[in-house]
Amino acid sequence: MTVTLAFAAATLFGVGTYLVLQRKLSRIIIGLGLLTHGANVLLMTSGRAGDEPLIGVGDVDDFADPLPHAMALTAIVITFGVSALLLAIAFRSWILRGDDEVENDVADTLIARGGVEPRDVSDEARAEREAEQAEAELAGELGRE
Amino acid sequence: MSELVALPVLIPLIGAALSILVGRSRVAQRAISLVALTATTVLSVVLLVGADRDGPLVMQSGGWPAPIGITLVVDRLSGIMLTIGSLMLLAVLVFAIGQPGAERNHVGFQSTYLILAAGVAGSFIVGDLFTLFVSFEMMLTASYVLLTLGGGREQVRAGMTYVVISLLASTLFVTSLALLYAATGTVNMADLAVKLGELPDGVSAAFAVLLVVVFGIKAGLFPLFSWLPDSYPVAPSAVTAVFAGLLTKVGVYALIRSQTLLFDAPDRPATLLLVLAGLTMVIGILGAIAQDDVKRILSFNIVSHIGYMVMGLALFSVAGLAAAVFYTVHHIVAMTTLFLTGGLIEHVGGSSQLSRLGNLTRTAPVIAVLFLVPALALGGFPPLSGFVPKLGLIEAGFDQGENVIVVVSLVVSLLTVLSMMKIWLSAFWGDATEQPQGVVHRVGTLGGPALMVIPTATLAAVSLAIAVAAGPLYRLCERAAVELLDRTGYVEAVLG
Repeated sequence: MTVTLAFAAATLFGVGTYLVLQRKLSRIIIGLGLLTHGANVLLMTSGRAGDEPLIGVGDVDDFADPLPHAMALTAIVITFGVSALLLAIAFRSWILRGDDEVENDVADTLIARGGVEPRDVSDEARAEREAEQAEAELAGELGRE
Repeated sequence: MSELVALPVLIPLIGAALSILVGRSRVAQRAISLVALTATTVLSVVLLVGADRDGPLVMQSGGWPAPIGITLVVDRLSGIMLTIGSLMLLAVLVFAIGQPGAERNHVGFQSTYLILAAGVAGSFIVGDLFTLFVSFEMMLTASYVLLTLGGGREQVRAGMTYVVISLLASTLFVTSLALLYAATGTVNMADLAVKLGELPDGVSAAFAVLLVVVFGIKAGLFPLFSWLPDSYPVAPSAVTAVFAGLLTKVGVYALIRSQTLLFDAPDRPATLLLVLAGLTMVIGILGAIAQDDVKRILSFNIVSHIGYMVMGLALFSVAGLAAAVFYTVHHIVAMTTLFLTGGLIEHVGGSSQLSRLGNLTRTAPVIAVLFLVPALALGGFPPLSGFVPKLGLIEAGFDQGENVIVVVSLVVSLLTVLSMMKIWLSAFWGDATEQPQGVVHRVGTLGGPALMVIPTATLAAVSLAIAVAAGPLYRLCERAAVELLDRTGYVEAVLG
C-alpha cells in the first residue's frame, strides 16, 4: 500500500513539475494542483497505517495515525482556497489580455535592453536587413523555379 | 501572563470579522483596525517584557499537552519581532488611511489587512511547524488579495508570479513536513529539537537544507528571490511597505528559529548559509543599482539586506545572532520608512520612475529629510540605526574567522549607499527628464497629507530612537541570541 502511494506521489510530483514549467497559465494552475496533491499523498504516507482511529471501536494498537490525516485535510482546504483565488486572477488576466500566457516583466526587459542599447540596436537592424535579403533571395529562387 | 500569548493572533482576527460586519461604514472599519492593532502593539510589549523577565511564555491551546496540541510560545526573539511588527502594521495602517487609493476604494482592505496582521503575529508565536505553515498561509492569502487589490493589468501580472511562487513554496513546505513527520513522528518544534538529534546525521542535515530552501523562498534568499522585485512594486505603496518590512522578515525569522532550535550544531548548514548570504548581498545590490524606479531599487535593497541577517545567522555565535536580530529590527523599520517615503514621492511626483522625478529637495523638503534618515541608516552611517548591527556583524565575522564575508558585506554597504545616492541625485537634486505620468498632488507645507507624513515621520523617529537606545536594545538582542543557541530553556518550557 505504501509503495503504491509512494508511486502515486512520485507521478503526481513529476507531472506537476512538468506542467508548472510551461508558459500557459492554465497548465501552471493544473500543475500546481497536481503538485499539492502529491504533497498531500506524501503526507498521508507519513503516519502509521491501520484501522480507523475511533476509540471504542477497535484495538488502540491497530489504529492508524490520525494526525497526518488532519494535517492533509487542513492543507487541502488551504490549497483549495488559494487555487480558487489563482483561477480568479487567471480569469482576470484573460479578460484584460485575451491570452493566458505568462507575461514578461516590462521593467526587466527595459533594463536588459538599456544596458547594451547601442550595439543591440545596430545588431538588430543588421539582422533585420540580412533577414530581408535572405527572404528576397529565397523568393527570387522560388520565382525562378 | 502566558494566557495572553494567543491574543496577538486573536485580536486582529476578531477585528477582521467585525470589520466585515460593519463594511458599510469606513469610519467604523478604521476605528476597529486602529483599536485592534494598538491593542496588539501594547500586548506585544507586555509579552516581550514578560518573556525577557521570566523566560519563554508557553500556552498549550485547548489544554492539549505539548507534542499533540498546538503550542504557542513567546520567547525573546518572538517578543522582539512581535513588538516591532505590530508597530509597523499600526504605522502603515495610519498611512494607508491618509493615502488616496486602495484603502478608501475597497471595502475589503481593512479586514484583509487585519488578517495579514494575524498571520504575521501567528508566524512569530507558533511552536510547531504545521501551525507555522497555517500562519504563513493566512498571511500569504491576505497578501495575495492586498497585492492584486484593484485588479490592474500590472498587478494581475505580478500577482500571478507571486501567488504561483508562494504556492510552490507552500507545497514544498508541506512536503518537508510530511518527510519530517515520517522520520520523527512529530511536528512540534521543541519535540523535533530532541528527536532530530536521534536521527542519523545525514538525514537531519538534509532536513536542515530542505528548510533553508522552504524559508529561503519566503525570505528572498539568492537564488530564490526573483519573484520579489517583480511583485512588490506594483501594490499600493502602503501595502508594499508592509510587505517589504514584514513578509520577508517572517521568512528570516523562520530561518533563524528553525536552524537554531531544530538542529544540532554539526547538522547546521553554516557554510551553505554563508555562501548564500554573500551572493544574496552582492546580486541584490547589483540589481538595485541597475534599476530606474524608486520602488524597484528599494525592493532589490530588501533582497540584498536579507543577506546580512542570514550572515549573522550563519555564524551561529551569540555575537552573530545578536547582530542578526538587531539588524532585522533596524531593517524592518528602515525599509518600511523608505517605502512609505516612496509612497509620498509618488504622491507628490506622480510617478516612482527616477526619470520622471526631480528637484524634490526644493518642492518637498520634508520628504527629502524623511528619505535621508532611513537611507543613511540603511547604508550603515554612524550614528544611525544601521551602524550598530553592521559593526556587530563585522566583529562577529572576524571572531569566527570568516573574513571573506566581512569584506563582501563592507563592499555591499558602500554599494547600498550608491543605490540610495542614485535616488537622491535624480529624484531630489536632479531634473526630471520626462513628463510625470500619473496624478500629481499638491505638496503643502508638510510635504503631503498629514496622515501620510506623520506615520512616516514617526517611523523615521523610531529609526533614530533605535540608534539612541542601541545599548539596551543590543543587550536584549544578545539575551535573545543566548536563548536561541542554548535550546534547553525553550524545550523545557514547552515540553514541561
